Amino acid sequence: MTLNGWLQIAIMLALVVLTARPLGSFLATVMDGRRCFLTPALMPVEGRIYALAGVDQTREQTWLQYVAALLAFNAAGFVLLYAILRLQGFLPLNPQGFGALSEHLAFNTAVSFVTNTNWQSYGGETTLSYFSQMVGLTVQNFVSAATGMAIIVPLARAFSRANASTVGNFWVDLTRVTLYVLVPLSIVMAFALIALGVPQNLSNYIDATTLEGAKQTIAQGPVASQLAIKQLGTNGGGFFNVNSAHPYENPNIWTNTLEAWGILALALALAVAFGRMIGREREGWALLGVMMLFMIVGCAIAYWAEAAGNPFMHAMGVDGGNMEGKEVRFGIPQSAVWATFTTGASNGSVNSMHDSYMPLGGLVPLLLIQIGEVVPGGVGSGLYGIVVFAIIAMFVAGLMVGRTPEYLGKKLEAKEVKMAMLAILIMPAFILGFSAVSAVLPAALAGLNNPGPRGYSEILYAFSSAAGNNGSAFAGLTANAPWYDTTLGITMLACRFGIIVPVMAIIGSLAAKPRLAPSSGTFPTDGALFVALLAGVIVIVSGLEFFPALALGPIAEHFQMLAGKTF
Amino acid sequence: MVRKLYNSASFDGSLLWRAAADAVRKLDPRQLIKNSVMFVTAVVSALVTVLFARDLIAGQPSAFSGQIAAWLWFTVLFANFAEALAEGRGRAQAESLRKTRTETLANRLSDPKNRERRETVSALDLRPGDNVLVVAGEIIPGDGEIIEGVASVNEAAVTGESAPVIREAGGDRSAVTGGTTVLSDWIVVRITSSPGSSFLDRMIALVEGAERQKTPNEIALNVLLAGMTIVFLIAVVTLTGLGAYSGTSIAVTVLVALLVTLIPTTIGGLLSAIGIAGMDRLLRFNVLAMSGRAVEAAGDVDTLLLDKTGTITFGNRLATEIVPVPGVSEREAAEAALLASLADETPEGRSIVTLAQEKYGLALPGNVPQGTFIAFSASTRLSGIDIETRKLRKGAVDAVLKFAGGTQSVAEPPAFRASVDRIARAGGTPLGLVEGDRLLGVIHLKDVVKPDIKERFAQLRRMGIKTVMITGDNPVTAAAIASEAGVDDFVAEATPEDKLRYIRNEQAEGRLIAMCGDGTNDAPALAQADVAVAMQSGTQAAREAGNMVDLDSNPTKLIEVVEISKQLLMTRGSLTTFSIANDVAKYFAIIPALFVASLPELGALNIMHLATPESAILSAVIFNALIIVALIPLALKGVAYRPIGAAALLRRNLLVYGLGGLAAPFIGIKLVDLAVSSLHLV
Repeated sequence: MTLNGWLQIAIMLALVVLTARPLGSFLATVMDGRRCFLTPALMPVEGRIYALAGVDQTREQTWLQYVAALLAFNAAGFVLLYAILRLQGFLPLNPQGFGALSEHLAFNTAVSFVTNTNWQSYGGETTLSYFSQMVGLTVQNFVSAATGMAIIVPLARAFSRANASTVGNFWVDLTRVTLYVLVPLSIVMAFALIALGVPQNLSNYIDATTLEGAKQTIAQGPVASQLAIKQLGTNGGGFFNVNSAHPYENPNIWTNTLEAWGILALALALAVAFGRMIGREREGWALLGVMMLFMIVGCAIAYWAEAAGNPFMHAMGVDGGNMEGKEVRFGIPQSAVWATFTTGASNGSVNSMHDSYMPLGGLVPLLLIQIGEVVPGGVGSGLYGIVVFAIIAMFVAGLMVGRTPEYLGKKLEAKEVKMAMLAILIMPAFILGFSAVSAVLPAALAGLNNPGPRGYSEILYAFSSAAGNNGSAFAGLTANAPWYDTTLGITMLACRFGIIVPVMAIIGSLAAKPRLAPSSGTFPTDGALFVALLAGVIVIVSGLEFFPALALGPIAEHFQMLAGKTF
Repeated sequence: MVRKLYNSASFDGSLLWRAAADAVRKLDPRQLIKNSVMFVTAVVSALVTVLFARDLIAGQPSAFSGQIAAWLWFTVLFANFAEALAEGRGRAQAESLRKTRTETLANRLSDPKNRERRETVSALDLRPGDNVLVVAGEIIPGDGEIIEGVASVNEAAVTGESAPVIREAGGDRSAVTGGTTVLSDWIVVRITSSPGSSFLDRMIALVEGAERQKTPNEIALNVLLAGMTIVFLIAVVTLTGLGAYSGTSIAVTVLVALLVTLIPTTIGGLLSAIGIAGMDRLLRFNVLAMSGRAVEAAGDVDTLLLDKTGTITFGNRLATEIVPVPGVSEREAAEAALLASLADETPEGRSIVTLAQEKYGLALPGNVPQGTFIAFSASTRLSGIDIETRKLRKGAVDAVLKFAGGTQSVAEPPAFRASVDRIARAGGTPLGLVEGDRLLGVIHLKDVVKPDIKERFAQLRRMGIKTVMITGDNPVTAAAIASEAGVDDFVAEATPEDKLRYIRNEQAEGRLIAMCGDGTNDAPALAQADVAVAMQSGTQAAREAGNMVDLDSNPTKLIEVVEISKQLLMTRGSLTTFSIANDVAKYFAIIPALFVASLPELGALNIMHLATPESAILSAVIFNALIIVALIPLALKGVAYRPIGAAALLRRNLLVYGLGGLAAPFIGIKLVDLAVSSLHLV
């Protein structure tokens, strides 16, 4: 560990927080449907979209209609993407002549991009045509992110409205978020990336002869445009197999800084926007505080574990930190920051290989995913996820001030608790359930490349990543096989929509309740005490259930390493 | 003397034995299924018992599984015991109440106007609308309203207060309660309740806890606990598969031990006892809650509506000073006031006598002066005394001026006017004092605020509750009293509609309102309020509109009701937090023991240095069972509430029950382990 390293981490953490306020205020303006500086240019486009789709933008939906529209839209997106992947061979923009994806891979990939997961059981440059990447995947990168963000609009209304039966219009929220936020921001970021050296072309791959005389095929493509939304929309699916560790996807420290910022930028800004939209900005900052608390601690542990290095290497006289699987142009601090950001948010892009981390260094990303992708989580999904935890925290601790529990002026009763528990239950059920089966199933064990606890961690990581809609991998696992493609696909679907539906039910229930005025007897939810409480509840409620499973993986491996055991 | 309805604060031996017997009786699966956490515990206890029996028959080592099974059953029994103990305290009371509800006979009148035509029927045959005659010495056969007559009634059977109260037809004192006794005179009562649903019946059911409905918050908390149980069920069941990866096969007994220690058994076992004990505390304060929702809502109250008269002030105007006009000495004025009030038996008159004695040091005349007492009349609005030629009068200011001037009002001295104005501005009532045609001064009558009330309002403010005074006084008087009593707001010249409007406005702004009342005209406001305490002495309409009844008819009781409710909610939250925080330590006890064979390196997590894997697991299970017993007194007594503001309260409770919940089991499990290993139990 060096002062320089800590400084790099501090700068990255400061950067994401600094942009949260201006971005958040812009988001609140757009999501509230107020005028912003883009309105003159985009209003006609927006109107045209509604006219084409036959949407009456003034008509509001009940929570059930809202969620039905959301599910229908995502189902259509899945069918379209599945068709593109299966018909890839017949579609244009395919200079390498890639054929159709197998049924299970197409299912897995389509689910993965529709659910904002971007788990990739394939290598992009060896599997997908430019058409599949641009028309298939990138479109989903936009709309899956917009789906998550759209839910924040009714979420805010659940608290700002009283006795309301409707929560908004899904089509309007989806369109506005895409049109005013994701598209313009991605364009700006794509140009910035091009300026910093990221390629953007539709060329054939280049065959080169290396200095050693070996033949090498250098993949090309519209990288910059894919990259921007991949980061901003917490998608994370790389254009290339090695994601942002690839020199074309992340050529230098400047692109690395911009891309790492992009992972957290919108997720944090949404917390601020949420506070603004409910008219209590401090509440948004409190949620952001919880998110950043995990990011700071996560970065610190990951950096400490990786910089401390491997005792076996030290014994062989090789000093220094663990550089295995890390890019020399980024070093340990930037790798640790990225690993923490990308798993804290459900992004899943990588600039180093998590599988090569030290046991405790690898525990950080694994745990950040398992605690539910809420700190700060995916765009939208992280915020509604942390609100679910806030509901549980306020339900338990709110009682301790001698009042029946409430959060942001809404009483929490059996219905909210039931739905919140349902949303919290679904992740451990799928992660632990499928991991347990995979740990004994021969077909599943065949996919392992590493023995011992590390191999076990790879399985656990894969299902955690799918359940958290993260998409990163302990890449030692060969996942492109019917078992993993199918079970991971089911996990992604269940944990995306199995959380969205109860969250929307909570929204519907809260919106219908009267809004209570805060008094000095009310539990204040905008201070340090609440931040500590919510962080504690997140760790205990969602961390404890994984403790036995983690004990068998990274924790066992750590103590085995200290005891000098190798595999 | 007031005999408190409810007096069993301590546990005596017979109560404990009875609760222990009930704890076993409550093992009935139909009872257990109501509590998801305890049901799961009982099911897995049965499972381990079967495994223990199998080992025993097969001659396998069975000491470990036998002890685990025993302690798992104890966990369930301890939870049952807590509930039985909470219920037992009410049951004894219910039995004595039931004795008072003996088979009563009633004189039913076919025509309420004709008291001669009556038939004798059983009280159980009475239906709403029947009219009955009750004469002195008889027990009133059912709840109802007096339609004719006036009687003194002993209501000790319901209120515990043995002093008789007057009940009469019409007005706010017309309601009577079945089971109470008429002491004198007679009344005709129109019955308003069906047999089995009378006030006394409801009271017995409440005290007994037989009809106890789970309150909304308790239901929601049960959902949360069930959810957490499922989470840990998943974590433990999947551990078999996950463990198999590293070649660990985990015994079912050990998995069960892990499951039971992780699921929230502490709060799950104590939850219903907390609820029963909370209702019980209300009863001990002589308050009957008609709905559990109201008990919880009382903790949420933001605004408290209080009637001025009788609650904030004593209800009578009392003399506080005598202001002489120039040229009259204070002593002379006081003496005149004393003489003029000697025969005045009204509270105001007596207070003038008291004031003259205490403040002005006058003695009561040794022998009452010979004179003619002039009683107050509505036409003269004066009272006083004529002693020989002295004509002393006190009364309304304009009446006094008129008296002094003979037929027309005398010109009042400016100093007199100034005193009158000053007193009126301060919210008091000025009373003129005159001797013949000579004005002597002004007596200041004041609505005196109860001595402790300001402190109580300050306490409420610290609890985050706003107090609002409702009064029929004019705004000037109301403002003066409001500022003296320290209420936050007041409604002057209030009509019943004003009260209702005020409550609706507050509710529309997102506040919860509590109020108390006794009159029929309070009923609409009581029905609208979120927490409505009706006075037992009030009308039937008020009692039906309220969701609580105060048997002592004490309006300031609302403050205690709020405190009890807050205490109930805090106890639930604190023990839930404690229960969940406990899990951390249990992991550190059990996880290293679980994988000791296949992953011995995990022994590093055994930071408590527990003796053996078996002793670690057994110790965790024993601690988990014993903590329920250890917390029973807290569950029944409740976590202390202090009006220090939400943030400070939370900080304190989080520290005690959150951090305490993290630390306590580390110490507890270690101690149990020391005992277990020194006794060589495993």
